[in-house]
This record gives sequence, structure tokens and C-alpha cells, in this order.
Amino acid sequence: MRHLLSTADLAKDDAVLLLDTAAQMAATQSREMKKLPTLRGRTVVNLFYEDSTRTRISFETAAKRLSADVINFSAKGSSVSKGESLKDTALTLHAMGADAVVVRHQASGAPHMLAHAGWLDAAVLNAGDGMHQHPTQALLDAFTIRRHLVGAGSDAGTEGTDLAGLRVAIVGDVLHSRVARSNVHLLHTLGAQVTLVAPPTLLPVGVETWPCEVSYNLDETIEQASPDAVMMLRVQRERMSGGAGGAFFPSAREYSRKFGLGSQRLSRLPGHAIVMHPGPMNRGLEISADAADHPRSVIVEQVANGIAVRMASLYLLLAGSDTADDERTSL
Amino acid sequence: MTTTYVLRGVRPLGGEPADVVLDGGRITHLGAPGSATPSSDTDPGVVEIDGENRLILLPGLVDLHTHLREPGREDAETVCSGTRAAAAGGFTAVHAMANTTPTQDTAGVVEQVWRLGRDAGWVDVRPVGAVTVGLGGERLAELGAMADSAAGVRVFSDDGKCVHDPVLMRRALEYVKAFDGVVAQHAQEPRLTEGAQMNEGVVSSEVGLAGWPAVAEESIIARDVLLAEHVGSRLHVCHLSTARSVEIVRWAKSRGVEVTAEVTPHHLLLTDERARSYDARFKVNPPLRTEGDVEAVREGLADGTIDIVATDHAPHPVEDKDCEWAAAAFGMTGLETALSVVQATMVDTGRMSWADVARVLSQAPARIGRIDAGPAAQGRGVGVGEPANVTLVDPAASRTVRGAQQVTASANTPLEGMELPGVVVATFLRGRATVLGGVPVDAGGEDGSGLAGRVGETEAVAS
Repeated sequence: MRHLLSTADLAKDDAVLLLDTAAQMAATQSREMKKLPTLRGRTVVNLFYEDSTRTRISFETAAKRLSADVINFSAKGSSVSKGESLKDTALTLHAMGADAVVVRHQASGAPHMLAHAGWLDAAVLNAGDGMHQHPTQALLDAFTIRRHLVGAGSDAGTEGTDLAGLRVAIVGDVLHSRVARSNVHLLHTLGAQVTLVAPPTLLPVGVETWPCEVSYNLDETIEQASPDAVMMLRVQRERMSGGAGGAFFPSAREYSRKFGLGSQRLSRLPGHAIVMHPGPMNRGLEISADAADHPRSVIVEQVANGIAVRMASLYLLLAGSDTADDERTSL
Repeated sequence: MTTTYVLRGVRPLGGEPADVVLDGGRITHLGAPGSATPSSDTDPGVVEIDGENRLILLPGLVDLHTHLREPGREDAETVCSGTRAAAAGGFTAVHAMANTTPTQDTAGVVEQVWRLGRDAGWVDVRPVGAVTVGLGGERLAELGAMADSAAGVRVFSDDGKCVHDPVLMRRALEYVKAFDGVVAQHAQEPRLTEGAQMNEGVVSSEVGLAGWPAVAEESIIARDVLLAEHVGSRLHVCHLSTARSVEIVRWAKSRGVEVTAEVTPHHLLLTDERARSYDARFKVNPPLRTEGDVEAVREGLADGTIDIVATDHAPHPVEDKDCEWAAAAFGMTGLETALSVVQATMVDTGRMSWADVARVLSQAPARIGRIDAGPAAQGRGVGVGEPANVTLVDPAASRTVRGAQQVTASANTPLEGMELPGVVVATFLRGRATVLGGVPVDAGGEDGSGLAGRVGETEAVAS
């Protein structure tokens, strides 16, 4: 694995290795001394063209716990605001000797360009690009699902396992969501059955070719598919108003009634089902406070798992495959 | 003194080999091999070219849709560099689109572009006039003044923008009837394509680029053919790209609507699968469509529903393509590869003859632009007495496309590294060679006057 750009590029073995490695990383994080020496001397650049404090902090924490040097390059406080091109920024990072570039960009495909345009030879980790992909989010979601629904709340006994037979509903703004795209591919690769639930206006043309089911009705999906996990997607406020393309649904209240997760719907889910959300949440819109804070909600744990998954991603990309076995036994 | 060219053993429109003589700006002889009498052995003013019974002689190609970028974006192309590229591609006339800076929306600007073309001398430059002031889509430009100017504009287009206001479109269609003009519509419903980056479909859903739905093109074409029928005007549809657009035009023609349509070489060859690379050289407007659309436009071109191939040659500097897809400019170069793409997709596949190629790349576009008569007539047949606007093509040769080696000032070809059949060996503009041995003959180099082919300056057309 040279780069981590899209979950569609991950074979099942790669994905399981990432989850297994994340489990080992997570185990080290319960120690008093959380820091590992693995990436000492390596430089990881967080190149963020979009505001995303949570994702940036998660990657920064992951890199620091592996002892890498971390440079945060935020578009707002850099030469980007003076109009520097992606190419020149990439050449600069190359000249500075970056070993890995974690990139968040509003343009779909920007990480792909960094990885393939020949501008720099660092490993590229996609931390979210436009409406395309956010692979570490999907990995942390899969990791969380595996821990709860395969491993009964812990990683013990989950090593090498996939998500075969599990049913996952992903609910909300699929059209604009890189989280949904990443999850559909990864969960499918891992053997889970995915159902996308959204009003037709928030589903892309072409979704019928994705490896998943599509539903316009959350209640029907809960009854008929009995999902083991329900993943609620954030609804951007601008989707509700006129905006560029007009409103995608009539009102926040109608959306909430038809696609929101509240205690009523929660009670109709199977007893073991978990509630997920990539954050940040709009409480009262796509998810009620009851559901968000319910014992079956794993939303806060997703954040913690994000660090383990990002540690695993950085480790596998930077420590290299030949040393992976030795290094891992020493974790 | 001008050179007499004797083309021996060439195949006019792909037919039986013949000898053809170009003299004094006209075709003066067309006969069996060995019938041409002028000889370079006895007359130093004669140049002989051996077609080896293989080279195909076509009327000089006419592009109805070229972006020459001057005035305003001389970093991408100039009238001189663009028309030189056109000659290299076998063209003897191009219609220069109106989206320059300043816009070609007044008699002054269209005359400026026309003069730049005349001075460059590579091809006839026929400026397209903007339909609306500044391509703003709000009020009609002075269409009559552009028509009456020295540039003699007959084609009007806001290309790059759609004349989306139905009342304005109706008025434009009606108004240009006074001087036999035509409105060339860039069919793109603006509300359906806000922020659009690529064809809306399977690929866009996966790569996460905002979709440009086919219906945004089709709905405008449907409206426009109905408007053209209602007011009895000529309509030309630019760069038609979808299967249903072909169907709509076919239907309109069956009703007798005076509509013509063009397809670009890239829409005949490439699909939206290319966007998976995020390589912005494949970003174009209208976007590359699906395999089914490519098949439909090929079929439409073969059966005559689509009248012409036009390049939509759109040069851009490197920095406007070597960047994120969403930040990149729309458009690709096409003048030097158009004929090869048509050969590859239509001739070598058995769907069209070389006579059909002459029709879709020369005669029909000249007719639509109303430049097929008069002292600077283009797109005529290959026959005695016709203007010596011809191009000589080797259909058996092939080459690998390299953007950096093209004659155009920009390198943004979507065909980089692709091997294509057909090489333009020579191009003649009113009997003067603009390309010989596959290489542009620099104006002024041959006989001290690069402008010998100018209208009014050759013996033949002075009368």
C-alpha cells in the first residue's frame, strides 16, 4: 500500500490488515505511556484546505503517538490564501522532505493528483476530498462495527475477521457525502450488506450501480432489513435553503420526521443494533438527543477509534510492508 | 509569381487516382494519372507531389467552431498560432468563436479578428459574432453591424454560455434572418448545470464530481428546434453530445425544421470513464458522455442527422489544466487531430466514406457558415475551376499524439500518447501551400509573400 486514497482501492486482505493493525494500536492506547517510537524521524504533513478541526486533531494525535514530527499546513494561514497552486504547494512539501501528506481538500481528486501527478513522492493519505472519499472515516466505522458486532464490545477474538452477514443502514445526504461513498465500498468489501436510506433528491444519479441497496423510507428499512448498525449522516444546513440548486427537501421538520433517528425508531431496531454518526451532529435534525446519548450510541467511541485507525494507516504506509511483521510484534 | 502544384496520383475524395493541377488559385486540371502536363523538369515554377495512388485529396477543411483566444488570452493561443495549427490539421477556414476579451460583439472586434487572420495568412478566419452583449445573455449585440462589417459575420453564438432566455433566443433567431445568418446555440440549461464538472452518471457518482446532466443539453435543444420551427429560422446546435440530443434533432429534421448540428471529435471518441483519472485534460464542456452516447453520435453523423464535425478547439495554458479538476478550465485542443479522429471512428470502421468526410468537415460547415460562395468560397468540390483550397491526406500513415509537439500554442490534448491514423501531408489555400511535407510552410518564406493567398490578391480571384 503506497497511498490511502479510496476505500474502493482496498482489497479485503488490505482492509482486514488495517483493522487488525488498528486493534493493536488501540491496545497500546490504554497504556499509561501511549507513545510508540515507530515513526521517529519521519515527517507527517497535515495539509488541510478545509476547516476540519476534529479530523486534523485526530491525524495529528495519531502521528504524534507514533513519534512522527507533525507539521500542520492549513490553507487559511499559508500561501494558499495568496493563490498558490496545489502543484507548487506539493513541490514545496517535497523539497522540505515530507514522508507522508495527509490531505483534506474541497476538490474531489486533489489527493489523487498529489499521489500521481509526479509532484512529490510522499505517501498520500486522503483525509476527505470533496464529494469523493474519506477512507479513514470508513475504516474507523468498520473498526467500530467489528468491535461491537463481531467482538461483543472489545477487539478480542476479532483479528482476521470481516463483517460478513452484518446489515448496515446509512441514512441521509448520500449525494454530497464522501463518508457514504467510502463506507459503501469498504463495508461491501468486508462482506456487510449496506442499505442507503435517503430522499431521492439526496441520492446521486448512478447510485443504482453501487454495491448496495437503496431505500427512500427509513421505517421500512428498519422493519425489513433489521439493520445491525445505523449510520446517520450529517445534513448540511445549506441543503435546506435555496442555495445553488434549491432546497433538497421541503423543511427541516419534514426531513427529521421521515429520516431522523429518534427514540421511536431506535426502539424498533434490533436490541443489539448500534447507532453511529461521523460528527459533527445536528441534534434534533438527523438525530435526536435521546438517540445520540443512548447506551447503544457508539458515536463518542468512533472518535477514539479514529486515532487507532489513523495510527494504523500511517504505520502501514510509512513503516513499509517488509518491516511490518517485526514492528507489529514489538508494539 | 506563384507556384503551380501538380499533384500526381492522388485520390480526390478517396476515389480513383488522378492528376490534379493547382494554378493561379484554382484547380485547373483534373484527369487520369499521367494526364497533367506541367513538369518541374522544364518549368522551375512547378512543384510536383507524388500521391503514389494513395494520398487522398479533400477540399480544404472548414471548422465552424474554433477558439483562437485573441484578443485577450494570447498566452493560450493567438490568431496566428491557432490558424497555423488549423492549416497543419488540413483546414483552410475556421470560424473564430466570440468569447474573446473583449468579446466579439461589435463590428470593431470582429473586424480586428478578421484582419489578424488575413495578416497571418494560414486560413480564412471567419469571426463568429456574439448573440448578446458581452455574452451576458441580456440584450442582443449589434448583429446587423457585424453582418455588414468587413468580416461579413453570418454565424452568431454565445458559445461557452447558453442563450437560455427563450424570448432573447426567439428574437435572435428572427433577427438574423434579415442577412441569412444562423444562431449557433451552446445548449446548456444553466440552472441544471450550476457548478457542473462532468457528465452526471455512474462515473460522477463514484468520483464525486458535480454532474452535468444530459437533460440540460437536451431540454434546450428541444426548446430551440421548436422555436426555430415557430419563427421559421435557421438554428445550428453546437457540440451535440448525447443520444437523446441526436433523437431530438432527427425528429426536428423529419418535421422540416431548418436545424443543423455538429459533433466534436472528442465526443466521437472518448467517454466519461476518463474522468476517473482526475486528469483535467479530459475536462470539457459539454462533458464527455457515456459509451451509449458515443455510439449514438457516431450513428447520427453517419446517417446525416448530425451535419458536421467541428473541433471546439479550446487551447489553455498548462497552469489551467495542471491542477485540481474543479479548478481547471473546460476545453481541449482539436484542430490538428480532428481529421484523424474522424478517420479512426468513422472511416476505418466502415461507417463513412472519404466523400462523407469531405461533406462533414468541409462542404456542410462552409454551407452553414454561408462561406461557400463568392470570391473566398470554401468547402467546394474538387473540380476544375473551383478555388484551390485542398488538403492532401495520407490515410495509411499514423502518428502518436504529443501535445508538446503540436503546432498550437497550447498542449492540452486529451489524446496524449494515443496512436491515430491519417497524416495531413499538404494543405493549399487558394493554390498556395500552407503545409508541405506535413510541416507548415511559414508565411512569407516561400515566395516572399506569405499573403499570396489573400482574397483579392491572387490573379484568379481578382476578377
